[in-house]
Amino acid sequence: MTGLRMPSPDSFAIRLRDVSKVYDNGKRGLGPLDLDIRQGEFVSLLGASGCGKSTTLRLIAGLAAASSGTIEVPARASRHGIGFVFQEPTLMPWTTVRENVRLPLKLAHLPDAESSPRVTDALLQVGLSDFADAFPRELSGGMKMRVSLARALVTSPEVLLLDEPFAALDEITRFKLNNDLLGLWRKLGKTVVFVTHSVFESVYLSQRVVVMTSRPGHVHSEHAVVTNEPRDDAFRTSVAYADYCRDVSHALMQATGAGVSA
Amino acid sequence: MKGLEPLPAVERGDAAQAGEGRWRKIVWPATVFLASVVLWGAVVHFGSIPPYILPGPLLVMRTLIADWPVLSASLGVTLFTALEGFIAAAIGGIALALLFKQSKWLEYALLPYAIVLQVTPVIAIAPLMLIYLPQQAAVVACAWIVAFFPVLANTTLGLNSVDRHLAGLFQLNNASRWQTLRYLQLPSALPFILGGLRIAGGLSLIGAVAAEIAAGAAGSGSGLAYRIAESSYRLNIPRMFAALLLLSIAGIVIYMLLALVSHALLRRWHESALRKEK
Repeated sequence: MTGLRMPSPDSFAIRLRDVSKVYDNGKRGLGPLDLDIRQGEFVSLLGASGCGKSTTLRLIAGLAAASSGTIEVPARASRHGIGFVFQEPTLMPWTTVRENVRLPLKLAHLPDAESSPRVTDALLQVGLSDFADAFPRELSGGMKMRVSLARALVTSPEVLLLDEPFAALDEITRFKLNNDLLGLWRKLGKTVVFVTHSVFESVYLSQRVVVMTSRPGHVHSEHAVVTNEPRDDAFRTSVAYADYCRDVSHALMQATGAGVSA
Repeated sequence: MKGLEPLPAVERGDAAQAGEGRWRKIVWPATVFLASVVLWGAVVHFGSIPPYILPGPLLVMRTLIADWPVLSASLGVTLFTALEGFIAAAIGGIALALLFKQSKWLEYALLPYAIVLQVTPVIAIAPLMLIYLPQQAAVVACAWIVAFFPVLANTTLGLNSVDRHLAGLFQLNNASRWQTLRYLQLPSALPFILGGLRIAGGLSLIGAVAAEIAAGAAGSGSGLAYRIAESSYRLNIPRMFAALLLLSIAGIVIYMLLALVSHALLRRWHESALRKEK
């Protein structure tokens, strides 16, 4: 398994056409933006802080409304089509890890007897089976993020949206979670949109890196990351990886530079 | 090599610290309390102050025991009134905050009156209440008026302090209003609500006493506040002190009970109830 699959070109998971977002203060924060993401694809949105990549993700999720343009996300038709992981773990501090992961199923009125096996399964997938009865405050930052990931996975969404999920973690934990996320993606075959400001993270994880300009945010360039070797720590130190990182870094510098002069 | 030598020293240090903590928290305040009671007794005794001006501590205790049948019955009445006022304040304050959260129209229409009730001294409202309501209802109403505002204000603050990302998560999962209230807003607000209830507990006692004094002046009444007023008219100052003592103890017990409930509900997760890290 190399993590590279080729679905038919018209089976898109997410399609944005001429999408823009004007903030309350009248400034255009985003767009016009065109973006196509195939089913089962792992795409990173890369850009400087405030370039509208998080806004793009919220628009895709339906958490915010676009000012103009069309957004097609077939997964949104089903109740649990979308899993969202926030920048913060965003856990309910008053209840256990198990109940935190159960929440989306509970909100869908699924009886506990039916949701329990799925919760157990989701916790197993992120390696937290032993911490089901712990409270969030008893966990490390990386473990909290895993709970957040398990909560997004428990509904078996078609599309997984991650908003800089590992930005606040130390590098060792982040590498570990990167590998785990890739493993889950290979196993589960979800469409993943990953927002980050790290060149290295985006190249390591994704099949395609979308570099965004700042103010207003739109697509500067797209970079396919094609590799036949498995993405592991060996890939992280390979020449091919370094080449991709250089290209993407260069594009990012152009994109943010263009944003400043505009 | 820092192996065996420092270890006993550290242990001894810990033990000494624990002892010091107990000394500072329990023995020291108790000593100060006893000393002040002794000082009070000495001032009364050596100053030859008559008991109708300032009774000594021993006389107060003797009166408390001798008058226990009368005083305990009155204490029961006052406590029951305060409890009714407290429950009404808890339900009313939380319910009103929930209503305000659901509708800004209601909030803008009713909040001014809630504030008016809060800032008007209860002792000034009590006589009016006694005209419009039966006596017992008037006293409970006064306890409610004093106690409900902290519950309302704190619950409102709590409901507005919900984590924005968590709210987004609920929205993403199509949570109904009821689910958002039940699983997100109420648990988020719980520490705030409990803080409000802790204040309301003491205030409901104050409200009950203030109204009882107003009612007592108007005629019949058997609450503890009425006993205090009655004792003052009869210059039975030792009984007045005994009744005051009972009121203070009741207030302290109410506060401690509510603190205990708060701790029991929050101890697993909320910062306020967690042990400090060592």
